Amino acid sequence: MAKVTLNINNKDYPMEADPQMPLLWAIRDLAGLKGTKYGCGVAQCGACVVHLDGEAVRSCVTKVSRAAGKKVVTIEGLSETNSHPVQKAWQEIDVPQCGYCHSGQIMSAAVLLREKPNPTDQDIDDAMAGNICRCGTYLRIRKAIHTAAEMQKKTAAKS
Amino acid sequence: MNKDNTALNRRSFLKASILSGGGMLLTVSWLSGFKSADEAEALNVPEQWARLNGYIHIMPDNKVKLICPNPEFGQNVMTSLPMMLAEELDADWKNVTVEMGPHDPAKLGAQFTGGSNSVRMYWKPLREAGAAARQMLREAAAQTWNVPVGEVTTKAGVLSHPSGKSAKYGEMASKAAKVSVPKELQLKAPKDFTIVRKSKKNVEIQKITSGKPLFGLDYSVDGMLIAMIQHPPAFGMKLKSFDAAETMKMPGIKDVFSVKLYEDGFEQGGFDTRTFNELLVVVGENTWAVMNGRKKLVVDWEAAGDIKDTIGGRGGKREVIVPGALESTTSQMQQMQEYAAKPAQQLRKDGDPESAFNNAAQVIERTYNGPFLAHNCMEPMNFFAHVTDEKALLAGPLQAPGWTEPTLSKLLNLPADKIEIQMTRMGGGFGRRAYGHYLYEAALISRKVKAPVKLMYTREDDMTYGIYRPMYTATYRAALDTNKNLIAFHVRGGGIPEHAIHANRFPAGAVDHYLAEGWQIPSNITIGAFRAPRSNFNAAAEQSFLDEVAEAAGKDPIEFRLELLKRAKENPVGKNNEYDADRYAGVLKLVRDKSNWNKPGNEKYNRGVAAYFCHNSYAAHVVDMVTRDGQPYVERVYSAMDCGIVINPDAATNMVQGAVVDGIGNAFYGALTHKDGAAQQTNFSNYRMIRINEAPKSIEVHFVQNDLDPTGLGEPPFPPVFGAVANALYKNKGKRFYNQPFMGEMDKAI
Ligand code: FES
Ligand code: FES
Repeated sequence: MAKVTLNINNKDYPMEADPQMPLLWAIRDLAGLKGTKYGCGVAQCGACVVHLDGEAVRSCVTKVSRAAGKKVVTIEGLSETNSHPVQKAWQEIDVPQCGYCHSGQIMSAAVLLREKPNPTDQDIDDAMAGNICRCGTYLRIRKAIHTAAEMQKKTAAKS
Repeated sequence: MNKDNTALNRRSFLKASILSGGGMLLTVSWLSGFKSADEAEALNVPEQWARLNGYIHIMPDNKVKLICPNPEFGQNVMTSLPMMLAEELDADWKNVTVEMGPHDPAKLGAQFTGGSNSVRMYWKPLREAGAAARQMLREAAAQTWNVPVGEVTTKAGVLSHPSGKSAKYGEMASKAAKVSVPKELQLKAPKDFTIVRKSKKNVEIQKITSGKPLFGLDYSVDGMLIAMIQHPPAFGMKLKSFDAAETMKMPGIKDVFSVKLYEDGFEQGGFDTRTFNELLVVVGENTWAVMNGRKKLVVDWEAAGDIKDTIGGRGGKREVIVPGALESTTSQMQQMQEYAAKPAQQLRKDGDPESAFNNAAQVIERTYNGPFLAHNCMEPMNFFAHVTDEKALLAGPLQAPGWTEPTLSKLLNLPADKIEIQMTRMGGGFGRRAYGHYLYEAALISRKVKAPVKLMYTREDDMTYGIYRPMYTATYRAALDTNKNLIAFHVRGGGIPEHAIHANRFPAGAVDHYLAEGWQIPSNITIGAFRAPRSNFNAAAEQSFLDEVAEAAGKDPIEFRLELLKRAKENPVGKNNEYDADRYAGVLKLVRDKSNWNKPGNEKYNRGVAAYFCHNSYAAHVVDMVTRDGQPYVERVYSAMDCGIVINPDAATNMVQGAVVDGIGNAFYGALTHKDGAAQQTNFSNYRMIRINEAPKSIEVHFVQNDLDPTGLGEPPFPPVFGAVANALYKNKGKRFYNQPFMGEMDKAI
């Protein structure tokens, strides 16, 4: 056990945690933010994706010690009003079925769009292949990412 | 307008009451016209199924709150069921909010999600509830304005009179609650629908995209502990002894103990299936502490031997011997071959199949195999429980609370009214969450530690626990005469521990001489309903077999099926044919037209077609395959569905697309194998799931347009995907594939 402070969504969370504890459980159990999901625990499904200093990481295999002193962003902090282009596109296309995988899908897609504002289907498949959707919403995920790219462009053009 | 007499059609009552602060609460309760005979398949629905109630709240501020009685696992009932209510209520959809109801059988009836039945079973009752409320609002307005009720009309939450008077629902709600419940209801004709048949967004979409705690694993209360079960390493094993000393030294560990789920002779309900009875439990402060503590357990396991279970439910109490052998996939396959050669139970016979086969010009015989499949719901099994001596609160993902409550009541020795079950949104279900063992386990653990507890299965626990899709085999034979007509058809199916045969489905009814037989091998590997139970194997095998028979007969696979369906319609063989030949042919014709079947322009594709009827709906797919990076890839799919009236078209399309992706994934990759009793796949690292790069580029979904009462969509599109994939794969590889998963068989073949 060690004292550690995690900065999650721009808020400091002081906690007592085993430095080996995966960030996922620190976020869910200790910080009490339940948006980040557990699906496999072994970096296979992407349900647990969060941003660590802007990079998409699988929080189930990222140790708390690695996250200390960095900025963690979870689905709850992706935008203040549920209005990140990816969130808006997900709403417009009505992507989810059960919805369980989509925190991770959205967090992965947000990084993809920052890196590649104009992704092709191939780019999307490459970037999103680590996120399993058991319900099979993949076609809508592709479509929503294209929609989000359009939205992002429009916002950029306006500002 | 369809007239419904609420008093005469069913024992019914609708009760209206005024909410504190004004507004109207309408309680509806009746025995619906649901025919339990239609539901013979799927989940052996118990009798109380037919009882159903719903809630409508209308607030003075004009907001309408609808309570969804059925748990949501991604089939979108939280949106589609309220749409039916809102349609007949003439509510303004913008003012509607939806809440998931708690388990409350007295008020909300048998709240069951499964068997593709939610929309079908609620179609009439919920519209009646909406229509009754609307009529009461009209009555209230008529009294207030002193005009005949027949002159009061409604539209989008507003009452109007030709004189120019108008009022919002909220203004009349309190008064309406005092109006007596109508004896006769007017239901809208489909042409007058303004909400049903118009796509509405998922009512929880905002919560999902912002990460709100909707799911069972997210449910949390102060002081809640986390529990995990260490189950035996193999089917057929049990706990012998354990040493928890090291575990107890680990930080955050509260307790380690073993607990028995069912006492000897306990009468289990039909969905009380459990794999392991004695549970070794680790309880701690948080997930990570328990995961680590559990690793330090020193456990001795031993062979469980044969076990006697007492199963109750329909058909009375019976004793079942669960064999103790440690099974391996190779031994299972061998056993299946032995059983396949033995006489089997006759399930249906028409004509004289034996002599027809003896006199045939050509006989085609093929055997198909399918492995156990794990449901792999994205959210692993879990449940929250807080049990005290006086009462129990349970919350989590569950498809059939009504089936678990009686057992829970017996296990805890608490009356049903002291048990509260809340249903959270489920991260997938696919049939898996119809089995409530994990809820019972959570309850017993909470009682033991005297604290609120969340029982959680890790992915490994979930995948290796059992309750799988059974392992199946089926041998099909077809007899052709000298004119290449199909004169006899024979299927003999078996499985561990049950076969997949639906004896009265197509092509039964279309062939003069027909024989269906089944056999089964008992096993300690537990099984459960898996998205379109039995059909999910049947369709795969039968639809690839028919493809091969069509080829032998020199016929186009769609035309061949249509000819058989014509026969089944005009001159059916046998009396008990479950399907409607016209609707079956309808989806085939629709998919033929939409996919431009046999038309130029599709040369680059290896095309496969399949169709199937199950859970009261009809589905057909054309799968277009290409070779990509040396591997077969389904690039494009055309789907045709007939599920009657489509409540929420965009969500329905989503469901069909998902079923297609799921079907391709399971056909190509899905398999759960065993060695010495142990599941060999433990996580997504060795259980391959379809990923986005393997999903088709397009899945075009078309619905047959008709005004028939709606039937379900969660399951029907799934089974024929396997067959269509198999048939496309034949074109792609020039050889037939008989064993699922196809990629496994191909890897071996290459
Ligand atoms: S939970 Fe982290 S990748 Fe699956
Ligand atoms: S929507 Fe259910 S797992 Fe993706």
